[in-house]
Amino acid sequence: MWQFTHILKKELKDYFISPIAYIVISIFLIITGWFFFSTFFLYDQANMRGFFSLLPIIFAFVIPAITMRLFAEELNIGSYEILLTMPVTFSDIIIGKFAAGFIMTGAMLLPTLAYPISIAFIGDLDWGPVIGGYLGALLLGGTFSAIGVFASALTHNQIIAFILGAAICFVLTLIDKMLFFFPESILNIIEYLGADFHFRNVARGIIDSRDMIYFISVIFISLYSTYLALLRKE
Amino acid sequence: MIHVENLTKYYDSFCAVDQINIEINKGEILGLLGPNGAGKTTTLKMLTGYFKPSAGTIQVNDYNIEDNPLEIKQMIGYLPESSPFYKDMLVYDYLEYVSKIKGIKPSDRHPRLRYLADLCGLNHIMHKAIGELSKGLNQRVGLAHAMMNDPEILILDEPTQGLDPNQIVEIRHIIKKIGQEKTVIFSTHILSEAEATCDRIVIINRGKIVADGNTAELKQSTDQKTIIQLSLLNAETESVQNTLTAIEGIDRVESISRTDDGVLKVKAYSSSTEDLREKIYRTIKATDWVIIEFLQEAKTLETIFRDLTRQIN
Repeated sequence: MWQFTHILKKELKDYFISPIAYIVISIFLIITGWFFFSTFFLYDQANMRGFFSLLPIIFAFVIPAITMRLFAEELNIGSYEILLTMPVTFSDIIIGKFAAGFIMTGAMLLPTLAYPISIAFIGDLDWGPVIGGYLGALLLGGTFSAIGVFASALTHNQIIAFILGAAICFVLTLIDKMLFFFPESILNIIEYLGADFHFRNVARGIIDSRDMIYFISVIFISLYSTYLALLRKE
Repeated sequence: MIHVENLTKYYDSFCAVDQINIEINKGEILGLLGPNGAGKTTTLKMLTGYFKPSAGTIQVNDYNIEDNPLEIKQMIGYLPESSPFYKDMLVYDYLEYVSKIKGIKPSDRHPRLRYLADLCGLNHIMHKAIGELSKGLNQRVGLAHAMMNDPEILILDEPTQGLDPNQIVEIRHIIKKIGQEKTVIFSTHILSEAEATCDRIVIINRGKIVADGNTAELKQSTDQKTIIQLSLLNAETESVQNTLTAIEGIDRVESISRTDDGVLKVKAYSSSTEDLREKIYRTIKATDWVIIEFLQEAKTLETIFRDLTRQIN
């Protein structure tokens, strides 16, 4: 039942012992910090809207970079065989690895809490949308982690896993900005598929069950597809 | 203990393992022999539950690999062919991780790791990254990994590959020691190794079992031919052929060569179990041929292996 925690711990250890975690977190902080604060003082408004509007597109390529190694590396060096001959189930492996990617995403977001705290010092910050924004960021992070895990399980090559994962995340982020390409009858469906659309809803501070169902079902579908992809390798 | 029935594995349309039936008893050391690509590794991978069989069943004690894979995996320790471990992890961290997954109680973990480090000679490399280790040391880490939870069954895929002669002797020693109470299945293509270590040898070729038994049984297997080689001086090819073929038990005589100094080399083939050397000697004694060389080719595991795996080719 708790076997997945061993895999989770091992993956987290891998992230934080090797330089990967620190490099990815630094790159993420530099990009978000740069883009956010370069316009923040021009607008002269004490809110985080700029940060949260950037987040999905940055997540779309940073998170697949975190998750790309989870399965692809094991498949490449062959340790996957050892993993499968140990007393663990597919769900232990998948959940352990997904949780590691998700926690890593959380660790990446953690230092950005310095932004709202410093903004609160210099202006009158409305905390509602900030809390909503972080909740949305975690949901979005979970969703993209699950997609990244799926992409990683498809190939032996980490670079392919990254490109594949980033491509899926980009499509989900940008699809609701391409609505004018689609016929009117399916507009609602296309809009509903967009991850950014749901993220914006949550980030406004509105907790709607439709958005929750969207994120949870994308996570579930991705992880189940991972299971099917691993099953095929037998 | 292990009951395998009609085990078959197809890779697309290629049949790697073809309806293997085998019964492995508790405490046996079983050597799986075969040429490259015979299906040894595939068979082992199916036993460990890594590959799903295309058909057939594997039963370990009362568990079936389809229904209770976890219970079976808990009972099996497995050393894969090239010991592919996480290269960035330290040996100690890796073994500790394995001990957690295999469900060793926290209080037993350290004594167990210490014991395995002594047994496999890992003490001086516990704090090195696995990627830095040589092939032989990597193999020993694999052995410690496989024996982590003191499994009932140990499956080793070419355990001595890449080791130096001293280490090979050590590993054989370890295998024999474990084999006293556990079941050990290992694959190899070093025949002397199988002969020295195994209670039972199974030879497979092209996915089928072609021989099964201990070394003595394999040597006695009846379809084996005895070959007697003779070098004679002062003898005519035709008369040698005729005289020797007349001896009861000899199937045919083949002349191999005649050297410039007049030595005729022949081979006599016999499929009877009787020792024909006396008869041949007495027959030759009655003629005026001179025996330069007279030898019966010993049936080694090597010749048996070559015969069995070539026959079908």
